[in-house]
Amino acid sequence: MSGAYGPLPRKEDARFIRGRGLFVDDITLPGMLYGAILRSPLAHARIVSIDPAAARAHPRVEAVLTGEELAELGLAWMPTLSQDTQAVLATDKVRFQGQEIAFVVAQDRYSARDALELIHVEYEPLPVVVDAERALEPGAPVIRDDLPGKADNHIFDWEAGDKAATDAVFATADVVVSQDMLYPRSHPAPLETCGIVADMDRVSGRLTVWSTSQAPHAHRTIYALVAGIPEHKIRVISPDIGGGFGNKVPIYPGYICAIAGAMTTGRPVKWVEDRSENLMSTSFARDYHMHGEIAATAGGRVLALRARVLADHGSFNATAQPTKYPAGFFHIFTGSYDLRAAHCSVTAVYTNKAPGGVAYSCSFRVTEAVFLVERMMDLLARELGMDPADLRMKNLLRPEQFPYTCPTGWQYDSGDYPRALALAMDMAGYPELRREQAARRERGEYMGIGISFFTEGVGAGPRSHMDILGLGMADGVSLRVHPTGTAVLGVSCQTQGQGHETTFAQIVAHELGMSPGDIDVVHGDTDRTPFGLGTYGSRSTPVSGAAAAMVARKVRERARAVASAMLEVSPDDLEWAAGRWQVRGDPAQAAGIAEIAMAAHSALELPDGVEGHLDAEVVYNPPNLTFPFGAYICVTDVDPGTGQVTVRRFIAVDDCGVRINPMIVEGQVHGGLADGIGMALMQVIAFDAEGNCLGGSFMDYLLPTSVECPSWELGQTVTPSPHHPIGAKGVGESATVGSPAAIVNSVLDALAPFGVRHADMPLTPANVWSAIQGRRLRTDLAFP
Amino acid sequence: MQVPAHVEYEKAASVAHALDLLARYGPEARVLAGGHSLIPMMKLRLAQPETLIDINGLTELSYITVAGGELRIGALTRHAELLASAPAGENFAILHDAERVIADPVVRNWGTVGGSLCQADPSEDLSATFAALKATMVIRDPDGSRTVPAREFHTGPYETVVAPHEMLTEIRIPIRPGGGSAYEKVGRRVGDWPVGAAGAAIWLAGDTIADAGIGLTAVGARQFAAPEAEDFLHGAPATQESFARAGQIAAEHCRPSSDQRGPAEYKRHLASELTMRALRRAWRRAQDGDA
Amino acid sequence: MPDMQITVTVNGSPFTREVEPRLLLIHFLRDDLGLTGSHWGCDTSNCGACVVWLDEIPVKSCTVLAAMADGRRVLTVEGLERRGRLDPVQEAFARCHGLQCGFCTPGMMLTARWLLDHHPDPSPAEIREALSGQVCRCTGYENIVRSVQWAASYEAGLDGKAGAPAGEATQ
Repeated sequence: MSGAYGPLPRKEDARFIRGRGLFVDDITLPGMLYGAILRSPLAHARIVSIDPAAARAHPRVEAVLTGEELAELGLAWMPTLSQDTQAVLATDKVRFQGQEIAFVVAQDRYSARDALELIHVEYEPLPVVVDAERALEPGAPVIRDDLPGKADNHIFDWEAGDKAATDAVFATADVVVSQDMLYPRSHPAPLETCGIVADMDRVSGRLTVWSTSQAPHAHRTIYALVAGIPEHKIRVISPDIGGGFGNKVPIYPGYICAIAGAMTTGRPVKWVEDRSENLMSTSFARDYHMHGEIAATAGGRVLALRARVLADHGSFNATAQPTKYPAGFFHIFTGSYDLRAAHCSVTAVYTNKAPGGVAYSCSFRVTEAVFLVERMMDLLARELGMDPADLRMKNLLRPEQFPYTCPTGWQYDSGDYPRALALAMDMAGYPELRREQAARRERGEYMGIGISFFTEGVGAGPRSHMDILGLGMADGVSLRVHPTGTAVLGVSCQTQGQGHETTFAQIVAHELGMSPGDIDVVHGDTDRTPFGLGTYGSRSTPVSGAAAAMVARKVRERARAVASAMLEVSPDDLEWAAGRWQVRGDPAQAAGIAEIAMAAHSALELPDGVEGHLDAEVVYNPPNLTFPFGAYICVTDVDPGTGQVTVRRFIAVDDCGVRINPMIVEGQVHGGLADGIGMALMQVIAFDAEGNCLGGSFMDYLLPTSVECPSWELGQTVTPSPHHPIGAKGVGESATVGSPAAIVNSVLDALAPFGVRHADMPLTPANVWSAIQGRRLRTDLAFP
Repeated sequence: MQVPAHVEYEKAASVAHALDLLARYGPEARVLAGGHSLIPMMKLRLAQPETLIDINGLTELSYITVAGGELRIGALTRHAELLASAPAGENFAILHDAERVIADPVVRNWGTVGGSLCQADPSEDLSATFAALKATMVIRDPDGSRTVPAREFHTGPYETVVAPHEMLTEIRIPIRPGGGSAYEKVGRRVGDWPVGAAGAAIWLAGDTIADAGIGLTAVGARQFAAPEAEDFLHGAPATQESFARAGQIAAEHCRPSSDQRGPAEYKRHLASELTMRALRRAWRRAQDGDA
Repeated sequence: MPDMQITVTVNGSPFTREVEPRLLLIHFLRDDLGLTGSHWGCDTSNCGACVVWLDEIPVKSCTVLAAMADGRRVLTVEGLERRGRLDPVQEAFARCHGLQCGFCTPGMMLTARWLLDHHPDPSPAEIREALSGQVCRCTGYENIVRSVQWAASYEAGLDGKAGAPAGEATQ
């Protein structure tokens, strides 16, 4: 690898391997109190009365807040990231099991928990609706009667693509295949739950908040808007975060309660949720009920795609995505193929479930889109009697077609798709696998080979059409090179394990000929870093990474001017080589960044217009998304007697453009592939008819362990992004996006001899066995 | 993380002392062994004992020995110890099969055999294992002890015959030469409670089955056992057909319920399939002299 | 409830404190002793973020009462480094990118340390089995396994036994 790019061990590890990370629950402040939230056991009920008197009388309780107290502060309801409102503490009704009712502030966490039992709430149960289809039926219980004039559970309709053109193609196509499929509700479940320490200084009026936030600056602005505290008096600090995966993007009621508790008691208040709260009330992911259709020629040329989606948003619309895209980037469901036409429509609905929907490394619904198109491709292959690899190879976009504008408007920036698929097939030994499969079938053994080829759209996004709550998605970055030549890079994005302290140092080091060890990356503190929209949707490298490269280049240009003064030559006589500005034709006359930094801070006379010091700031507005892509192949073995699935092999070829740190890139891919196993085989947040959440603990919301995961086999191709300053595309979510379809396609390929056409995730043993018997299980609802 | 309600605590210095404390504190006292069944229930506040009697110091209850023609397992034996025990595995491979799939390696380090049995979860693996082996439980009280067959140990979900003033101290399994045993479990993931599991022990007389024990868990089998299937196997030829038929009979007599782990129909199928597989593996071990 | 007094030796030093009987060991270590290197991540003893050693055996400290640790010895991640020298397991995780967010890492390292103490040459399958009670959401486990393999090779090399030299872990 050239320059500072390469598999550099991480700088941040020094503290983590010693157990010296600083996570929110590690923070203790003098006089700190502990919060606990009372939550509704019912999914839909009117609140008749709340009596906190006994809790308030507990000797170790300092305060109990209910919706009533918060209403006086104007905090009982808060805006969501989707132009809806969400209750902080319920006032009129509860709308999902686990909804926040009251907030206890006590001297220790055990007493706070005890006091919850001393709050008496009387409920009047209401009919519950947890089935998205039933929620739209006339006569369904109206969940959001808090919205003036609201008489149903419909949220929005949205569509993309050319319906007429698409319908015309379908009408005359040789072959049309359609399929209902569910991407069930799941949850990111980072290992560290969400939490906050809120500290309000009554004298200065300053609010300091340590929280598990993937977007500290955005949170600061929202707190200013919601709590009426002047923004310059708010400091949001994200310390170390134990995994985010989109779960830590929203502002949760518990955060507002902790802030209100700090304001009320005058003491710092810590609130950290337990795991059941995390699973039951924080942002879930997916819950897309999809109907896909694919049109093709008899010879296997894919012509068009159509999709209709029923999107279950829970009881408040709190999805997090750019404003103009209420269904996120779902319309990238056109996938990686050369289509004539495509059209999708999404209808969103309220149900008596927790709010959320955009989370869990989905790249704003790209997970759903990729799953749909890749399942449809396999279904089409089966209909045509074609090998699924052949069908894909026949239809993949060709390199010469880039930049390619797909029928729903995305401009894919670059890619060599056939090469990636060929590499994956080569690594897998694809023909041998098919031969093995045939031989095993003769013996009554069932193995499957599944492919997923995905195109991601990440790095949101251009100000011209992307904002979240009106905040543009450009990222600021600042670089200061000190007189003695070491540097500090302030970034607005927020690592939760992605290794930014290392990779961002590598980016700057690469541009400035410095050692990454001489560059400190500062992040997570709104007082010490420039504004930006945070880390999610794989946007850190595409946006903040670009900003870091640009700010380093800005510093490099400033350094050129200073070097010209040091060396007494014209700036045009200098060229950048081997990490220094050197005189063209006389390389002995040169200066590196360290010397230039000292000179920039010295009394050296500088040319007109050139300021001293060696600092710079950049706000980077990306011109487009970036489009990482990949080819995944999964081999599974199915035991038809029990329905158990073993993932034997997983081959993943990823193209994320230029790789700053291949070790970190591979780690990101490994993690996402495990997500695929989880979603494909075991993870689901299901509900029963009463709205009881059946995935409220790790006993039922099962996460993959080291035993279920095979040893991942990784490959790569590199097609740099043409618009990104260093050609990088981002990779944080690619594997989560691409892997579930590969696993599901693999299992269904194994079950083909039984005539199983489709089964929904998770493919638990019961689900697989039932499918073999010809019975398709509903995985997300447990109705009698 | 969720935390327990207030509770009082006593540390027992001997078995006699533990029994004395149980008598003193009455029915709202609970024995605390590894705590890996009880403490999770206390954290969720599904169990709220008034007093815990910590018996972790009673090393005299932690043993695995062969004596009097029996394998004797002290109730305080940790799952990991049973899994690592040569006498246990050499005499009854089913014990290792089962322990290997109970919870996870770290939980097995501290959770105990007695604790799991006394929690009496309807999906608990050792209950089926000891039912298959037709073990006997030794229960002590201040005046002495009594024995209860494993198949009479449970009185309902989360309920056993151990009275509030008593303590399970030992599990005994008669050792009979020439047998084979095995355990088969299906879970949604490693470490999960079983969706269904079956344990089998089989003794041969030539090509005929002389005796068989079948234990089932998580499928609503009475007392975790399948006596009707066992009766069928007595004197039956030791063939795949017999094992399959025994599985069907076992499935007919269980009452699984549908839940997130699977529909009742699937669990009933597992009862049949896993019984058959456990018998088959037990038979092979008997043939190979592997226990 | 009246508090009780316990004495627990943690990382070699005895600590005597007044605690409630219901206090969980993980909270005793984190809140009473300020040893925040051990974490917690669930309510049901599944995730393993809380793994520490109790009398030289890895346990889930969220499922053990502090009272049960009275008179016993506890090892936490803070005790792995001795006299300023990292344990080979710690070195391994850093070299092999065995951690990303770092939240599961202390527990993983402590179980790995125990595994290598008892099984110095584990196969990848044995490593995965040993760690199967502990969840990681970031790494997909691949580099955790490689980290343990690296530490095993490193220690085998130190002992002069045949084995891969320190460096890239093999598959």
